[in-house]
Amino acid sequence: MSLSAVPVTANLPDLSRVPVVDEVGVNERVARFQSRSIKADSKVEALKLILSMIDLTTLEGQDTAGKVRQLCQKAIHLHDAMPDLPHVAAVCVYPTMVGIAKDTLKGHDINIASVATAFPSGQASLSVKLDDTRMAVDAGATEIDMVISRGAFLAGNYALVFDEIVAIKEACGDTHLKVILETGELGTLDRVRQASDLAMHAGADFIKTSTGKIQPAATMQVTLVMLQAIRDYYYATGRMVGMKPAGGISKAKLAVHYLVMLRETLGNAWMTPEWFRFGASSLANDVLMQLRKQATGVYQSADYFSKD
Amino acid sequence: MAIPDNKLAFNDGWQYSPAPESIDHIKVNKKYELFIGGDFVAPVEGKYFDTINPATEEKLSSVGLASTADVDKAVKAARKAFGPWSRLKAAERGKYIYRIARMLQERSREFAAIESLDGGKPIRESRDVDIPLAAAHFFYYAGWADKLEYAFPGRSVRPLGVAGQIIPWNFPMLMASWKIAPALACGNTVVLKPAETTPLTALKLAEVIADAGLPPGVVNIITGAGDTGAAMVNHPDVDKVAFTGSTDVGRIIQKSLAGTNKKYTLELGGKAANIIFADAAIDQAVEGIVNGIFFNQGHVCCAGSRLLVQESVADEVVQKLKDRMETLIVGDPLDKNTDIGAINSPEQLATIESYLAIGQDEGGEMFQSSCPVPDQGYWCRPTIFTGVSQSNRVVQDEIFGPVLAIQTFRTFDEAVSKANNTPYGLSGGIWTDKGAKIFKMTQSIRAGVIWANTFNKFDPTSPFGGYKESGVGREGGLHGLDAYLKLEAQ
Repeated sequence: MSLSAVPVTANLPDLSRVPVVDEVGVNERVARFQSRSIKADSKVEALKLILSMIDLTTLEGQDTAGKVRQLCQKAIHLHDAMPDLPHVAAVCVYPTMVGIAKDTLKGHDINIASVATAFPSGQASLSVKLDDTRMAVDAGATEIDMVISRGAFLAGNYALVFDEIVAIKEACGDTHLKVILETGELGTLDRVRQASDLAMHAGADFIKTSTGKIQPAATMQVTLVMLQAIRDYYYATGRMVGMKPAGGISKAKLAVHYLVMLRETLGNAWMTPEWFRFGASSLANDVLMQLRKQATGVYQSADYFSKD
Repeated sequence: MAIPDNKLAFNDGWQYSPAPESIDHIKVNKKYELFIGGDFVAPVEGKYFDTINPATEEKLSSVGLASTADVDKAVKAARKAFGPWSRLKAAERGKYIYRIARMLQERSREFAAIESLDGGKPIRESRDVDIPLAAAHFFYYAGWADKLEYAFPGRSVRPLGVAGQIIPWNFPMLMASWKIAPALACGNTVVLKPAETTPLTALKLAEVIADAGLPPGVVNIITGAGDTGAAMVNHPDVDKVAFTGSTDVGRIIQKSLAGTNKKYTLELGGKAANIIFADAAIDQAVEGIVNGIFFNQGHVCCAGSRLLVQESVADEVVQKLKDRMETLIVGDPLDKNTDIGAINSPEQLATIESYLAIGQDEGGEMFQSSCPVPDQGYWCRPTIFTGVSQSNRVVQDEIFGPVLAIQTFRTFDEAVSKANNTPYGLSGGIWTDKGAKIFKMTQSIRAGVIWANTFNKFDPTSPFGGYKESGVGREGGLHGLDAYLKLEAQ
């Protein structure tokens, strides 16, 4: 997977000039995506694409080495009863678990994403956040999922948020940086749009909706606004930025609608795991069940699919 | 924002497989007679004409061609039914209308599929807009039937008599409901003629009306072309003419009604300005442009067929619109993913294509999306013209197709001036983040309907109608009752 190296020379954009968002219009557009009917071959293709875009995630206080090893095994062996399945894009764990994931995934082309920067609240000093990031990178993480300081952002201290992202990006080096906006705490779609622009200008390789710890997590509305921000940034700069909705996407049908939205907003160039990810833990099995159903015509019991 | 150089690609990679609506449950007869006096009867002269599927050019059915004699029969049947119907207890009249509304809902899938088969509109629209709204109109006016005296306080209300109603091919079922529901609620009886290219859902509605047990003659549905319509308008025993269609035909009707006692409402053409200010939510405004002009292949009298965009965001809006157009799917109207269906008739396609040539001759820059279209049937890709002027015909004339003329403006006053500089005045759209600007604009534009930060929204409670050459009278809402009542001092 190629990593886009962004020179850290960006400036904080003038957020007062960021386009406004009309929530009613966003809802209508989302409803239109949801009215697309994805059948037959296009459905199978979509389901396989979704599998390949999943960041299989465990981010619990009670995570153990055993749990992480299980998750990595699941990433490698999604459902061996069905050959020709893609593997997931990455596993996503806490920094302390990166080493275990790296050992378990040895020899497999699966990325190791680690949350960092005092995930999920981000309530720590910059030096702690930088240490957290370096620790994950040193342990072998190929992707860092950082959180922004929502308190500072909501208070209007955009420069602080911007500088933090720039600093973390620098600490990441070649490691892919995903910036989590935690949209459930931002309140309005206008602020989601502003935070997206800020993160991209600060050098984010990906922007991500949520930690999964706050409700609402990813919604199609929020994701659409972020995709539109990515498109406008691409129009203006030519640099592609990836998108990761995370949390709350557990059904294949919903994930297919996200793909419809992605295709009709950013086009086909983004329709790969390099540029789009689903942060999810239970989505994979629902997708597998649907794939099995497409192949056999009948649904199988959940007991035929390993939980993790 | 800078003019975007970096292009998005939509035409390769993952595409949607066909997802056709099943039509196994649809029953379309080989032949349809005229619905007069509660029965389906053969036309007096025994003539029939074909109705075709514009997406395949295949014949769907033969329908009766009503002559002057048939019109006379229908008007007589309506006249005969008028006395008892108008004297019926109002709540009982309401019950019949409610019954029609419920039966339409129950059979909505069938109606939607036939509407798409006969007219070419995408099933997404007939399923989600046309048929639900048609049922909603019947529900709404059913509620008014026993409350008419409260609609016009201080005045007594009386029905007019026999209403002759002529409807167009762009929203066949919806227009039938706009016409029939208020007429019945007010105690009138009806002779309705659907357009010659889209008679099937009206004839299906005749079946529903018969099944609903409506007294014979209260609603009569006859099919035919312009001659049939003229015979209805000119029939001496018609008390009210309601017409929706082109301004040219509306003019002819108004001339022939001059000097008679007939009441009339005319809902005619339009060339609406959709105005986008720089402070608008641009992505949602682009969606509004798409809904404004590409909804129902642009066969919409209130379509936002002129785009006025403030110059500082013009490049951005046009680029985003072009990208959005690339994602629109043109094709099989019965496919659930189709965004733009078939042009209704070869005649209409020829008209649209003539305007594409005119627009280019006038120096406009034409852009069409690159989507494939089927070989059979009548199709027009979504089209925009930039670099066009107020004096160009693509800016002045109603094209009635998926063709948008784009102009820019600098100031508020320039937008108003351009928006009003048209013989039409049916609708308009304004997109801005400032509430004050919305109110100022709605007061400045001479049009019957103005949408703010949305477009092509319809509701039975909301009156609809035009200024200037867009027509006379209002349909829908409380205002729509007025057109079917004689109001007298108590």
